Amino acid sequence: MGFFEQRFEENVLTTSVDRLVNWARRSSVWPMTFGLACCAIEMMAVGCSHHDLDRFGAGAFRATPRQADLMIVAGTVTFKMAEQIRRLYEQMPNPKYVIAMGACATGGGPYYKFGYHVVKGVDRIVPVDIYLPGCPPRPEALIDALMALQAKIDRERVLRKARAS
Amino acid sequence: MELETIAERLGDAVLEIVTEGTKDPFLVVEASRIREVMALCRDDSSLAFDLLVSITGADYPPREVKKKAKKGEPAPESEVVPGRFELVYHLLSTKTGGRLVLKVRLPHEDAPSCDSISEVHPAAEWHEREAFDLLGIRFFGHPDLRRILCCEDWVGHPLRKDYVFPKEFHGISAE
Repeated sequence: MGFFEQRFEENVLTTSVDRLVNWARRSSVWPMTFGLACCAIEMMAVGCSHHDLDRFGAGAFRATPRQADLMIVAGTVTFKMAEQIRRLYEQMPNPKYVIAMGACATGGGPYYKFGYHVVKGVDRIVPVDIYLPGCPPRPEALIDALMALQAKIDRERVLRKARAS
Repeated sequence: MELETIAERLGDAVLEIVTEGTKDPFLVVEASRIREVMALCRDDSSLAFDLLVSITGADYPPREVKKKAKKGEPAPESEVVPGRFELVYHLLSTKTGGRLVLKVRLPHEDAPSCDSISEVHPAAEWHEREAFDLLGIRFFGHPDLRRILCCEDWVGHPLRKDYVFPKEFHGISAE
């Protein structure tokens, strides 16, 4: 605090708006209950007591996209499902984030060559923030992806546009 | 029960008894009589195959179809030869515990086609829809022959050996 130290009443903090808003956003990234295949089992494991996603403020899996901030695309995305995923994403309120979990969601995975019905990466349908490889990724890996997402949220600028770099 | 005994029961609907060169001996049955054979298998007290385990479609394309498919050319429906497609029926008897495998080599008119056995075994309904969806086999007398796995507006039948993969679907690139 340095310069400000001892100059205010008790219980007054000073910070920037960016940091305050980003802190609020990253501390409660509510994911949507949305599993497509085997990766969803790992996602459930992360939500349960052993790994406990609640420690990161992201344990409240919402049953509706309208209350969710984060879509974890956990599993194989088929063409049949693609339309629904796009719709769910559009139903989420801003700011919204997407984690592509597992090999299938990041790029088609084992179905890349001979999967006639598999979308080769969910980024062809919705913008993806974090790519998480693995088949399926371990729960620790999903936690790592969530922390990476939180770090990304921390870098956001709320009140002005980020300088072009 | 011996396969020969079963074949005897089924009479002249059986075209072939195959026991050699396979782990799973089977009977080849005349396609036009499959419904009758299935009903007999279920109702005959000595056979009593009352449970339909599965129906599987299979594609055994001629060599030239395979060659063309490698170049990315599907064979037109008119070139599909009779006998290219097969259906495999697995039956189980819950009374004797016996199992039976029946195969049918499909005739071909406009498409490979067969009588539906959904009247005999209602469980066949979805199995037949799957065979229709993935291999394009038509079933006469099926109450609701729609695609079951692919989208309704999917083009082609993906498990055919000469299936050509789509380049895009609903604007999503597949390459």
